[in-house]
Amino acid sequence: MTIGKMLFASVAIACIAGPVSALADTADKKIALSNNYAGNSWRQAMLTSWDKITKEAVEKGIVAAADPFTTAENQATEQAAQIQNLILQGYDAIVVNAASPTALNGAIKEACDAGITVVSFDGIVTEPCAWRIAVDFKAMGESQIEYLAKKMPNGGNLLEIRGLAGVSVDDEIHAGIQAGVEKNPQFKIVGSVNGDWAQDVAQRAVAGILPSLPEVAAVVTQGGDGYGAAQAFAAANRPTPTIVMGNREDELVWWKSQKDKDGYETMSVSIAPGVSTLAFWVAQQILDGKDVKKDLVVPFLRIDQDNLEANLANTQKGGVANVEYSLEDAQKVIEAK
Amino acid sequence: MKLSSGTIRLIIPALSLAVLLAAVFYMQPRAMSYTGLNLLFNLAVPIALATVAQMLIIAVNDLDLSMGTFVSFCACVTATFLQASPAIGILIFLCAIAVYAAMGIIIHLRELPSIVVTLGMSFIWGGLAVLILPAPGGEAPGWVRWVMTSRPPFVPMAIVASVIIAVVTHFLIMRSSFGVLIRGVGGNFRSVERAGWSVIRIRAGAYALAGFFAVLSGIALVGLTTSADANIALRYTLLSIAGVILGGGEFVGGKVSPIGAVIGALTLTLAGSFLSFMRISPDWQIGAQGAILIVVLALRLFLNRLEKREKNR
Repeated sequence: MTIGKMLFASVAIACIAGPVSALADTADKKIALSNNYAGNSWRQAMLTSWDKITKEAVEKGIVAAADPFTTAENQATEQAAQIQNLILQGYDAIVVNAASPTALNGAIKEACDAGITVVSFDGIVTEPCAWRIAVDFKAMGESQIEYLAKKMPNGGNLLEIRGLAGVSVDDEIHAGIQAGVEKNPQFKIVGSVNGDWAQDVAQRAVAGILPSLPEVAAVVTQGGDGYGAAQAFAAANRPTPTIVMGNREDELVWWKSQKDKDGYETMSVSIAPGVSTLAFWVAQQILDGKDVKKDLVVPFLRIDQDNLEANLANTQKGGVANVEYSLEDAQKVIEAK
Repeated sequence: MKLSSGTIRLIIPALSLAVLLAAVFYMQPRAMSYTGLNLLFNLAVPIALATVAQMLIIAVNDLDLSMGTFVSFCACVTATFLQASPAIGILIFLCAIAVYAAMGIIIHLRELPSIVVTLGMSFIWGGLAVLILPAPGGEAPGWVRWVMTSRPPFVPMAIVASVIIAVVTHFLIMRSSFGVLIRGVGGNFRSVERAGWSVIRIRAGAYALAGFFAVLSGIALVGLTTSADANIALRYTLLSIAGVILGGGEFVGGKVSPIGAVIGALTLTLAGSFLSFMRISPDWQIGAQGAILIVVLALRLFLNRLEKREKNR
């Protein structure tokens, strides 16, 4: 009986210890990026960051391969097929920016069942076997109101520019802004339009609602819409309010020109496209046998008055302000509670 | 030995599927297994069902541009109502099929272009899907999940399901008298009318049957994905039309082939995997997919011409 128990225990230890020692080195591991869309500056920057960081990692022999795959059409069924193909191609980990939080769950489950590590980021998935690197979009919305509360303690009227209706990111940022306004009742949202995260749409929408609005003290945004809002205010000959920016290059350039002209003050906040590289390192750490929580939170990238120039210098023309993450950054995010 | 034109019609799609499959096996030997085949083809099952539905509409010389949104709508119903209270779910599906039949009647009575009517309906289905499931979610009913992930001995589920769909629809469309009537309406509806049949009833029947297969497609899709999304199947509109044509069907004349349609759906799915195994950059993938379609269609035109020459001799 005791011998049986001892045997059982030693087998159990071997089972636990075996994979860990085998996983200690990821030099022969292959990681794939499954991406659903590449049609805007943010996604292009995301893919460029992935290329840059993973190429270095492959050269140093940290992983064997890190190949990006993008679906031709932004459709969940197509991405599900793509993930099933990646399973067949024998990747050890798949990093996913998902077209839908739920419609890929079947394919993700197949991958997990095949012993593949799945890490989702930005567009995350709900399947419990996958890891999630989420942005706290709600905090991002709230931080805008907090900044404004500090800048104008007396409060004022706000115009809110929202994103694409029906997308979860839009709901979350909006919820954050609402929560902020509730905490700071001196602010009042007098108008709300959908800017679809695009300058031209935002400009049209703001130009349409402006004549019906009282004086606007500040504009809260979701990114990709600040420059369009500024143009609409200028065209209507109204004083430029404090417009929160979203890290796009055209927005930062406009902010810089206003700052140089009359000391215009604002802030800019968005998620850095380099989050793909964070997902890469997290996947590598999991393959390395590290114990990683299923839900991680990535900080958003905020630009303020004093570090505007430095960030602008690092941003490509027509691009988005970016940070690329290193292995150490990933370890910090993993350890954060 | 002389081949019938129906057989020739089937040879091209079957051949292109075999060539693609051989190429995929060569590039990725891992695919040559039970699990591999299942992974390659399981997402083709809902596409095959949607293609069969589209084929029924095409058989009566119409075109359904609402296929993608309708399948999305069915997927949303499956993940919500059919899961929580099956009776209501089935009732909704019956109503949806009745709407399809009514669509056939209206198109026939008012002599409306089917493209316009179905395009209009696509917005209605899309709107209903968003109402049912404003945010992605829901859950697949247990039995649907069980069917779609079942592991029959020797042959993977995806292949078994495709064969069953092909055989059942073959008997329904090619062998039953109702099938002959549907194809007859596409070929020459006046002669069907003069023979004493009610064309309006046949058209309504064809649309209802199409609605039924589209419902099955939505259910099968949720069985694979485990949950739904209001935009989950938008691609199916074009995929289903391409599948019918690739499988040897024609837009007019009631010339359709159910077995071909299923093969067409499998080929389209496989073409996507093939291109991804080839590591073709996504910028080129749509173009490459188009090129495959053009090659297959060109082969068919060539064979059609041969066929004609044989007849003239």
